[in-house]
Amino acid sequence: MTSILFEPFFQRAMLAGLAVALVSGPVGSFIVWRRMAYFGESLAHSGLLGVGLGLLFSFNITLGAVVTAIVFALLLLALRRQQGLATDTLLGILSYTSLALGLIVVGLATGAASDHMDILFGDVLTVSTHDVWAVWIGAGVVLASLAFLWRDLIASSVHEELARAEGVKVERVELGFILLIAVMTAIAMKIVGLLLITALMVIPAAAARRLAKTPESMAFIAAAIAGLSVIAGLLASAFIGGASGPCVVLAASCFFALTLAVPQAS
Amino acid sequence: MLKANDALLSARDVTLNLNGRLILDRVNLDVRRGEIVTVIGPNGAGKSTLVRVMLGLRPLTSGRIERLANLSVGYVPQKFPQTANVPMDVKRLLSLTLKPSDKDIDRALDETGILHLKEARVPSLSGGELQRALLARALLRKPDLLVLDEPVQSVDFIGEMKLYELISGIRKTHGCGILMVSHDLHMVMAESDHVVCLNGHVCCEGGPEKVQQDPEFAKLFGPSAARMIAAYAHHHDHDHEPHDHHHHDHRH
Repeated sequence: MTSILFEPFFQRAMLAGLAVALVSGPVGSFIVWRRMAYFGESLAHSGLLGVGLGLLFSFNITLGAVVTAIVFALLLLALRRQQGLATDTLLGILSYTSLALGLIVVGLATGAASDHMDILFGDVLTVSTHDVWAVWIGAGVVLASLAFLWRDLIASSVHEELARAEGVKVERVELGFILLIAVMTAIAMKIVGLLLITALMVIPAAAARRLAKTPESMAFIAAAIAGLSVIAGLLASAFIGGASGPCVVLAASCFFALTLAVPQAS
Repeated sequence: MLKANDALLSARDVTLNLNGRLILDRVNLDVRRGEIVTVIGPNGAGKSTLVRVMLGLRPLTSGRIERLANLSVGYVPQKFPQTANVPMDVKRLLSLTLKPSDKDIDRALDETGILHLKEARVPSLSGGELQRALLARALLRKPDLLVLDEPVQSVDFIGEMKLYELISGIRKTHGCGILMVSHDLHMVMAESDHVVCLNGHVCCEGGPEKVQQDPEFAKLFGPSAARMIAAYAHHHDHDHEPHDHHHHDHRH
């Protein structure tokens, strides 16, 4: 049974998964601070359309997911400025429209026989060496960008208007962060799947929130919990033969439940 | 470049029209160095909006804002989510957009009377403590102008008086101008140099005594408000006199 640990496909999944966890900790912390869980979720849904288009016109599906998520994010920012509908209503409309469209396009590309479970919920069997490289490079880019935006992003997460009054370019920072979520979504797609990626960002961050006293320690602890969730989840998925995404998310939920026993740090 | 009227920050015929509703109607306002200007008015009068427009935080329909070149502004916003999600202590709150030295942080916190809360978690602060932390934060910018939007909200009555005394003291020690928004009438009046009564447009303005006798003021707040202010101003005058010491005796 333990022989699976030495299978190259499993090691590739583990390597890629740990890179995803490294980024999902800090990005997820900002999602929690900025109350953007639903936004992240919608962005991930929109990625499916890109996957479908990628399959249909045979270009890289990760690239497809990144591009549609970015277009979606820009569209949403533009629509939100109109202030016609509440943001969550707007998100609901865009998110499910793109999810439905994505399912249809993916169906057209792969035929009715495919159930697209791998894209929606993650499938470690699909992670190639090439993917591992792509995930680590993507993760490096996201982390470097996040470090660059860090102070301004924290200031505008604490109080947007105050940050603006004190000279922070809030719009620019927000746009940068949204682009990072789009990239994050795409690189995590094969490990946890598009429907569950927000969970891997939000749950470890929520668990870390109870233990952390500074923004930095929260991001760090969240990354550690996400990493442990990836290890535990992938092992579980290998042994029970389940989809990797749900196993990783469930592992994260277990860690969150454990932190409930710890008194709140602040 | 110094304007003819030597104001730090001025609103000139500022008008804001939002979806056909006139929020601000040709508002004129000046804040000068060493002067406390208080904007009062009922809820929905556009007080906070005026402040945001003057700080350049939101666009205006017509009119203009004149701001002294290189004006340093310390801002304390009306709403600060105390259950802020970002975990941090007071010291970190003061360093969000600045990189002040430890000594500067200590001095600012000491001035607002909460040096002992330097390492306290932000969500654990009371309303008054949070206002003092935000005030210390604004002071760290070495402001020429302090902008305080409802500085005494969620502060109890005693805390309110102390906070106004602190603000008044800051004006004296720092010599900065202060633009303050309030819907509390009574104590504002005693410390303000200039009161602007706003209800979309400027209803009346002038020194506290002048404003509270203005018929427009009575129309907006009712005659009892005017009497209450007068009563407070009277009480407050006595506070500064030496024979006031017997007040303290009562505490023993």
